[in-house]
Amino acid sequence: MIDKLSWVAIYPEIVLLVMACIIALVDLSDTSPRRTRTYILTLLTLAVVAVLTGITANDGKTIYGFGGMVVSDPMGNWLKCFATVALMVTLVYGRPYAADREMLRGGELFTISMFALLGMFVMISGSNFLLIYLGLELLTLSSYALVALRRDNAVASEAAMKYFVLGAMASGFLLYGLSMLYGATGSLDTNEVFKIIASGKVNHQVLVFGLVFIVAGLAFKVGAAPFHMWVPDVYQGAPTAVTLLIGAAPELAAFAIIIRLLVEGLLPLAIDWQQMLALLAVASLLVGNLAAIAQTNLKRMLAYSTIAQMGFMLLGLVAGVVDGTTYNAQFAYSASMFYIVTYVLTTLASFGIILLLAREGFESEEITDLAGLNQRSPLYAGVMAIAMFSLAGLPPLVGFYAKLAVLQALIASGQAIYIGLAVFAVIMSLIGAFYYLRVVKVMYFDAPLTASTVSAPRDVRAVLSVNGLLILVLGIVPGGLMTLCAKAIVATLAN
Amino acid sequence: MGLLSLAIWVPIAFGVALLAFGRDENARGVRWVALVGAIVSFLVTVPLYTGFQNGTAAMQFVEKGSWIARFNVNYHLGVDGLSLWLVLLTSFITVVVVISAWEVITERVNQYMGAFLILSGFMIGVFAALDGILFYVFFEATLIPMYLIIGIWGGPNKIYAAFKFFIYTLLGSLLMLVALIYLYNKSGGSFDILSWHKLPLGSTAQTFLFFAFFAAFAVKVPMWPVHTWLPDVHVEAPTGGSAVLAAIMLKLGAYGFLRFSMPIAPDASHEWAWLMIALSLIAVIYVGLVALVQEDMKKLVAYSSVAHMGFVTLGFFIFNELGVSGGIVQMIAHGFVSGAMFLGIGVLYDRVHSRQIADYGGVVNTMPKFAAFALLFAMANCGLPGTAGFVGEWMVILGAVKYNFWIGLGSATALIFGAAYTLWMYKRVYLGPVGNDHVKELTDINAREFLMLSLLAIAVLWMGIYPKPFTDVMDVSVTELLRHVATSKLP
Repeated sequence: MIDKLSWVAIYPEIVLLVMACIIALVDLSDTSPRRTRTYILTLLTLAVVAVLTGITANDGKTIYGFGGMVVSDPMGNWLKCFATVALMVTLVYGRPYAADREMLRGGELFTISMFALLGMFVMISGSNFLLIYLGLELLTLSSYALVALRRDNAVASEAAMKYFVLGAMASGFLLYGLSMLYGATGSLDTNEVFKIIASGKVNHQVLVFGLVFIVAGLAFKVGAAPFHMWVPDVYQGAPTAVTLLIGAAPELAAFAIIIRLLVEGLLPLAIDWQQMLALLAVASLLVGNLAAIAQTNLKRMLAYSTIAQMGFMLLGLVAGVVDGTTYNAQFAYSASMFYIVTYVLTTLASFGIILLLAREGFESEEITDLAGLNQRSPLYAGVMAIAMFSLAGLPPLVGFYAKLAVLQALIASGQAIYIGLAVFAVIMSLIGAFYYLRVVKVMYFDAPLTASTVSAPRDVRAVLSVNGLLILVLGIVPGGLMTLCAKAIVATLAN
Repeated sequence: MGLLSLAIWVPIAFGVALLAFGRDENARGVRWVALVGAIVSFLVTVPLYTGFQNGTAAMQFVEKGSWIARFNVNYHLGVDGLSLWLVLLTSFITVVVVISAWEVITERVNQYMGAFLILSGFMIGVFAALDGILFYVFFEATLIPMYLIIGIWGGPNKIYAAFKFFIYTLLGSLLMLVALIYLYNKSGGSFDILSWHKLPLGSTAQTFLFFAFFAAFAVKVPMWPVHTWLPDVHVEAPTGGSAVLAAIMLKLGAYGFLRFSMPIAPDASHEWAWLMIALSLIAVIYVGLVALVQEDMKKLVAYSSVAHMGFVTLGFFIFNELGVSGGIVQMIAHGFVSGAMFLGIGVLYDRVHSRQIADYGGVVNTMPKFAAFALLFAMANCGLPGTAGFVGEWMVILGAVKYNFWIGLGSATALIFGAAYTLWMYKRVYLGPVGNDHVKELTDINAREFLMLSLLAIAVLWMGIYPKPFTDVMDVSVTELLRHVATSKLP
């Protein structure tokens, strides 16, 4: 059944697909080394898409299309909007870096990342397990290609190989789990599956078996311990611009599929998957924070810190259903959404600085490369310091409220075990503070290795300043974004 | 914008402006802007005192507006007799600290001044906040400028000290955050500190809360045995950092006991008062003895700070009016006196670049004006009548004797140790013949240093001779607090 509404639900995807193809064609005639025309066209397209999704999200309506295959709801649209903006920022930060490394020959960086974004969009708006999986594959295939973009670089190729093999395995897990689910319920539609499971006429054991595989697959994708092994290697090995590409916007999509699969489809099994997520969260916090301390490579450290941050985000999902009631759900899930959105914002800033400092033939990957940055450029040191303090969860930066919201959700459950988890998370974030502080220490307390000042193209400078400022401003007035997340989650839960 | 908002945001605005626009090329201008900022923010706080209504325990100059609607967090400010003087103390010390750094700091002047001004705003925020999250935000935010101050302008071992300071105090505060969220849920979704004061709580919950708050505030005060970060940090911190740390930051912890631990968990406070008293007495007596053997002047004053803060917590947890008001008076007095002691050490350090007592001797011969000031502050540090140091300690001891003779006696011995280590240090540094060539070449304080020390000297004498303005303000609030603490909250 194709009704008129169906197309409305996927307008942004259509724009994205058409424009990605057009830009690929336009790029053929763009011979400038920095691909200025392609770049501007890409940014314009993304800006249109961001505005489009933003407006749709602001409507607050939920629309199903194509026989319930896709859904356009506020949560999805906001995530799409944020992911698009994140991609725009990534491209702004990444272009000088990529141009220096001849990664812009042929405009694949732009077109492939647009296809990756399309994959995210499909993941985010899929209301059918199969469609979600298709979106995921489109995203990951694009990511494999992006990681391998410097094909003459051995480290990058190795990272791409690892990423591909482990990613394929994770996809296999996920697909296997989904097929078990299909076997048990006879449907792949999230809402259908939800109803069938809620009716209680399904073999619980088959469901849980499938669930284990789904959760494992998801854990691989978000990089939660003990399925995190690929994260440090890929983060370190990939060209930094690509690290940011796969480390920022896709996290938003990963959050979306967790919500689509686990909450929209499998909420009746919450008791089961909450336990699994709790274990993953504890392991991630432990592994991420402890391993990050030992790192001397900045990208690797941030990779472990990502693992730890994902652990914190998962904790938010843990406290949604208490004693079989979903009273806490909107607090818990919106806390996680807030967490992931602000995390992406902060990651953009920190990798933006790394990209900025990386020059031709010099990657600026060691923490010591930041030495004395404050003397070389107080502005960039300030942005990086804000990002680090925010990741450490210090007020008045936005990272604090993200942690606050998650802890609040845990403690509000009133369960002793969850309060214990909150205390554990708090102690782990104390350990986390140590390595984030070390970055600040290197920038502010150590003497610079070179006296050269840091310069950046005007667009990078402007975006980076806004990015840093946003972390601070959202820390001073976090209310708006929190409310937005809460409303989005409520709208999603209502369906 | 209300007065309290101005008191918080004026220094922060000046600080941010300095960070954004200041350059080392025009350091002179930066200093003047910083001084103007500090003076303006001090002047903003003065009407808080002149307009303060004595005789009511209610919060005054209250401002309230919704801040994070989703968590019912409000921008809720107000001061009562417990916090009023601490706000004034903060803005006053900031002026002195800005003056103290005038020619001493020559690199990254804008960042130094900016950090202190921002820090000042944050600390005033802590004393004025009536909302749990607002309090926490300010409480934690103070760590960031202090961390940078120690790390950038500190001594040779500054990085170790900066990390120790940060991690130690962060651990405590994070546990407090859990307690705050717990209270939020218990109270049905409110972060209003005053409403928490009326919240009935079971004894397990109270114990849990008491120790969560204890973790945050005892580290900050610092109480024995979690005081070990303080000497390390003081030794490494630049002069202004030490002064602010001792004069104000330690008070954040003591203030927390008054605002959170005692009224929110009164039954647990009574139950665990013995522990608090014991730890305070150890701080007063044992740490006093430790101070006696220090070779480094800053370390000596740092340990003496621990001992003096022991009086504060002792006064609070004997639960009588003399004790609690004495504790608060002691907080303010210690703010003036320890600030002055550290600034005085800074004066010497700038000239000789040593803090070892052994490197001095006979300074009075070459720096008579300075030695006179130093004598006054040393006397205040021993608690000589007529100086600020006397009033608070005397009230606490009186209160302690009323509570239990032996505790009173124990705390009174501290006066002896205090006199011993302070005067002995004074003798070794200032008196006697000129010790060495360094001392021989010393020049007396200049007009700037004279101004800075005079400001503190006036405060110390004024408070010692006429403490009425200080005690009048807090009387009713203390009575109200004690009434509150005496009422059981067990359901």
